[in-house]
Amino acid sequence: MHIVVCIKQVPDSAQIRVHPVTNTIMRQGVPAIVNPYDLYSLEEALRLKDRYGGRVTVLSMGPPQAETALRKAISFGADEAILVTDRAFAGSDTLATSYALASAIRQIEKDIPVDLVFAGKQTIDGDTAQVGPGIAKRLDMRLLTYISKIRELDALHGTITVERRAEGGVQVLKTKLPCLVTVLEGTNEMRFATMNNMFRAARYPLKVWNKESAGIEDLTKIGLKGSPTIVSKVFAPSPKAVKAEIIDTESNQPKDLVVTLLAKLFTKKPDLAHDIAKNAP
Amino acid sequence: MSETTEPRKPARKKVELDPKLARYKGVWVFVEHERGQVHPVSWELMGEGRKLADKLGVELAGVVMGAPGEDTRTFCHQAMHHGADLCYLIADEVLRDYRNEPFTKGMTDLVNTWQPEILLIGATTLGRDLAGSVATTLKTGLTADCTELAIDMENRSLAATRPTFGGSLLCTIVTLNYRPQMATVRPRVMAMPKRDESRTGRIVEHPLGMIETAIITKVLEYIPDNLQGKPQLAFADIIVSGGRGMKKQENFQRIWDLAKVLGAEVGATRPIVQAGWVEADRQVGQSGKTVRPKLYIAAGISGAIQHRVGMEDSDVIIAINSDPNAPIFDFATYGIVGNAMVIVPALTDAFRQHLSTSRMAG
Repeated sequence: MHIVVCIKQVPDSAQIRVHPVTNTIMRQGVPAIVNPYDLYSLEEALRLKDRYGGRVTVLSMGPPQAETALRKAISFGADEAILVTDRAFAGSDTLATSYALASAIRQIEKDIPVDLVFAGKQTIDGDTAQVGPGIAKRLDMRLLTYISKIRELDALHGTITVERRAEGGVQVLKTKLPCLVTVLEGTNEMRFATMNNMFRAARYPLKVWNKESAGIEDLTKIGLKGSPTIVSKVFAPSPKAVKAEIIDTESNQPKDLVVTLLAKLFTKKPDLAHDIAKNAP
Repeated sequence: MSETTEPRKPARKKVELDPKLARYKGVWVFVEHERGQVHPVSWELMGEGRKLADKLGVELAGVVMGAPGEDTRTFCHQAMHHGADLCYLIADEVLRDYRNEPFTKGMTDLVNTWQPEILLIGATTLGRDLAGSVATTLKTGLTADCTELAIDMENRSLAATRPTFGGSLLCTIVTLNYRPQMATVRPRVMAMPKRDESRTGRIVEHPLGMIETAIITKVLEYIPDNLQGKPQLAFADIIVSGGRGMKKQENFQRIWDLAKVLGAEVGATRPIVQAGWVEADRQVGQSGKTVRPKLYIAAGISGAIQHRVGMEDSDVIIAINSDPNAPIFDFATYGIVGNAMVIVPALTDAFRQHLSTSRMAG
């Protein structure tokens, strides 16, 4: 069983601040992390390896610094890590990114055939959830998104049975390998890195691929050229014209404040009392 | 959506559309349904699609795919009640359950045959699965999770605005020399349009041309969710949410107490969910749910943009925060500057009292 896990290094969006005057992102000091959604996929891949044997290759496209994310994956137990990095990829949108990653996976396949590709459900910086489905389409693999459980993997017959989160329930799907899987958050908990793997990660000779080694055939399909979507404007959300009416009473006692608030609320929205009465036990 | 957010200059320039692409006309909305029910996001998009189509002076169409029978035709008529001029329908037994392969084929065939300029899809688990595959097959641009859609009349392009960097900033994305221009929008981001049952339109049927044996993925089983006790934030009338200002997990009980009196759902900010005080289904904001209840009570929530984008369209927002400069007061309807730990229980008592008097009054 050969599993490729696609991961991305992202800025920890919880710690991003916007400069109040210039409206630009203040990148300084924002730590880079492995996209949290990718870790569920990586852990699921490692579990399959534990159960069925085989190897796990992690793949990332990004700037040279993304090496850190790949070493992290090695420390969790991945066997091999490949960083696809080239200035020619700069400005790639999801369509161009899926083209580049699919090319790289084809290169990986030249050594050992790939049975499964895992990708994160989405990233926390782009939030698009499009690259996984894009890679599947380009590699003509079956697509299994929002998977909450892998019920069975039949390596002999090359089939996989999974539980997929649908809007109002769970679909149980069975399909043939090779396929691309994105894993739902909370499906598993990432293991701790062992001491051995941490040492291995530190010394691991990372494979770094440029556009040629990643097998990019058509340069018009990567970077800005290969990206149909164009960011035409970046701006800060406009402040609302009307600020909150701050409830104020002479005593400023909690009880007086809330009574005043309720009086205003039910004067402004008389229907609300009806809605509450309808819902309340 | 570009991974980089550095704006590219040519966007403002008038671009002559390739004549082949200029033939693409009309706005389409994918009508998503599951177990006999259309997902409300499809009607929300229909309302938005109507505005775009009117601006462009073109027709608005719904796209319905499903098993043959009464339901799919009913969905077509419902699409028209919500603003569509016509509906494209693919009715085939293999479309009974959602599966990526046949739905992607159906949608891409329809697009290639009828050539719409804009295609809108709800950002649900189904919609995102489908949209990514369709856009890659058609080799066109797809902008995810838009919060605003507009037409740039200069070149008739769709200007899709979405939060970026975890919601800290907004960016507007255009797809200039590719068609169709695709976008997904999350549930509850757009307002539900008014139904007009007098509206009618034509149904254009299209064959799928795929047989079951050609589809590799099989649905073995469908397990409907047991909704009992599951949070239903997206469509709640009233939501009481707590943030870091609640300080300790045991204090969060005060949020639950208030919600109980109001028959409300409980929501929370991302730090609260990450701390494990409430389940992930209750997170409101950029990486959680988008809500638009009649009343939203934000207790101990500072109002960071990540949270704001998920709840600012609520009818009435009551904010309780001890910091008078908290951003939440910039967009709430009413504010109380004070300790949420004290104000929330006082509010619970006041609502309880109000309800019992109004009940006695009949």
